[in-house]
Amino acid sequence: MTEKKDDRKNKGFSLGVGTRRVIAYIVLVLLTILCLFWFYVLFVNATRSKAELIHGFTLIPSHYAAKNLYNLFHNSNLPILRGLLNSFLVATCTAVVSTYFSAMTAYAIHAYDFKFKKAAFTFILAIMMIPTQVTALGFLSLLRRINLMDSFIPLIVPAVAAPAVFFYMKQYMEANLPMELLESARIDGAGELRTFNQIALPMMKPAIAVQAIFSFVTSWNNYFIPALVLKSDSKKTLPILIATLRSADFLKFDMAQVYMFIFMAILPVIIVYLFMARSIVAGLTAGAVKG
Amino acid sequence: MKEKKTGSALRHNRWGYFFLIPFFVVFIVFQLIPLVTTIYNSFFEHYFKNGLTEIGPNFVGLENYKTLLGSGDVLIYFKNTMIMWVMGFVPQIILSLLLAAWFSDPSLRLKGKKFFQSVIYLPNLIMASAFSMLFFALFAETGPINSLLMQIGLISGPYKFLSHVVSTRALIAFMTCLMWFGNTTILLLAGMLGIDQSLYEAAQVDGASSTQIFFRITLPILRPILLYVVITSLIGGLQLFDVPQILTNGQGGPNRTTMTLIMYLNKHLYSKNYGIGGALSVILFFITGVLSIIVFRINTRSQQ
Repeated sequence: MTEKKDDRKNKGFSLGVGTRRVIAYIVLVLLTILCLFWFYVLFVNATRSKAELIHGFTLIPSHYAAKNLYNLFHNSNLPILRGLLNSFLVATCTAVVSTYFSAMTAYAIHAYDFKFKKAAFTFILAIMMIPTQVTALGFLSLLRRINLMDSFIPLIVPAVAAPAVFFYMKQYMEANLPMELLESARIDGAGELRTFNQIALPMMKPAIAVQAIFSFVTSWNNYFIPALVLKSDSKKTLPILIATLRSADFLKFDMAQVYMFIFMAILPVIIVYLFMARSIVAGLTAGAVKG
Repeated sequence: MKEKKTGSALRHNRWGYFFLIPFFVVFIVFQLIPLVTTIYNSFFEHYFKNGLTEIGPNFVGLENYKTLLGSGDVLIYFKNTMIMWVMGFVPQIILSLLLAAWFSDPSLRLKGKKFFQSVIYLPNLIMASAFSMLFFALFAETGPINSLLMQIGLISGPYKFLSHVVSTRALIAFMTCLMWFGNTTILLLAGMLGIDQSLYEAAQVDGASSTQIFFRITLPILRPILLYVVITSLIGGLQLFDVPQILTNGQGGPNRTTMTLIMYLNKHLYSKNYGIGGALSVILFFITGVLSIIVFRINTRSQQ
């Protein structure tokens, strides 16, 4: 009763809660459509034949998905299977390397006291925002000098130094890795590396899972550096193949295959997201810089 | 006994350095040395004439910077980059503030918040190059969007989205907005949820409307996070590459109006223009450096 009265009282200069709720739902539903529409159309078009695609727009899926996929996999101009494999290999290694060593770096700062601890921490935070693009020129000339051009190594190893992943791990350790536990492992005579590998790391599983997904996705989607590093066709990752697809004579291409290609490129991420969305979104806020 | 303990603690603490070795070795080899060589290169005339004859390296001082800034191209590309950033960022921040305010408002009692948050964050994880290629196909002259618009009678003939400056820029801005507004919403939401609820209750008792509460309480408290969002988005905006590169096939069309700074850098990297490319990198490094210092200040202040 009183609530209703309050609503009415506010009406002069503000909308009631009910109205605001309706507006919020309408906007949210519209945004949901706006976010998903493109991917739905992509899905629909990936299931249609070349001939059907010429007929124009529709929201009803057709039944050529398997045929399109078959054609795509047998298209000798577009090594998509190879691309999927390369992308998967690079992204998986990157995720492993990045999470393991970032946890190690965070552990150094979290579990030990040493002279340059604070300086090291500040330094890592300070270099967080340096974009890879501005050092790309020197990076490429380094690779030419040490003969690592056209190799996956320069796409994977630099992920050892990932300040953002480190920062997340550090935050997580502060809340979830009590020093007493590490002390007791030491008393039991476990070596420091073993304490890290067998006691600290297992306790970091939730943080590692979230960051592994982020690292995997970032690497999977990465285009700028891989496009400059990878030269031979057998090593190209998916984003580079997409660029090839774009620069090919577009009208000569089978559009059904183009849609199927894009669909295959984003499908793995969408599948992972379907299962992990909740913890990914929660992980975002936990790692976010907040007051 | 006590002495022994500090002794062992000191011995253990040495491991702090050992565990930092991988990070710093990799950082020095793959980031610091490249950064130094990039800066070094920017002072030398070094390029490949017609892609074949190597010219240089000859020390030329600041000549590369003069050439670069003198040609005016860099300013055009900077302007393009900024225009598209603003076009994408303004709707993004408005949407994000609105959504975060709704998500954090307990009196609205919205259902399915987690679902909506997951959906709006999804585009952020999608491969930007694939997303851009998708838009290229969808908005092509013979693409489904044109057929849709013609089917519902909005236009009579196909509209060439990528032949007009406004529509090409708008498409790029729209894609970046779509990819980032979910991320921004979640950041702002974290900030809003951290605001002391009693402030809101007091304001409500005083008869403040939700609009007043938003502008008088939420926004002022959110200022540091807003600043963080603006500047990180600006740093990201300066790096705009994947979307326009794929959409315009690296051409920045029509007539270089969507060519961004990083697309320009990419061109120099491909043609091995070490000198000019180096100078451009250094300029970008300094711009992002200044912006990063501001972000860093906000971070360390909120850490304390």
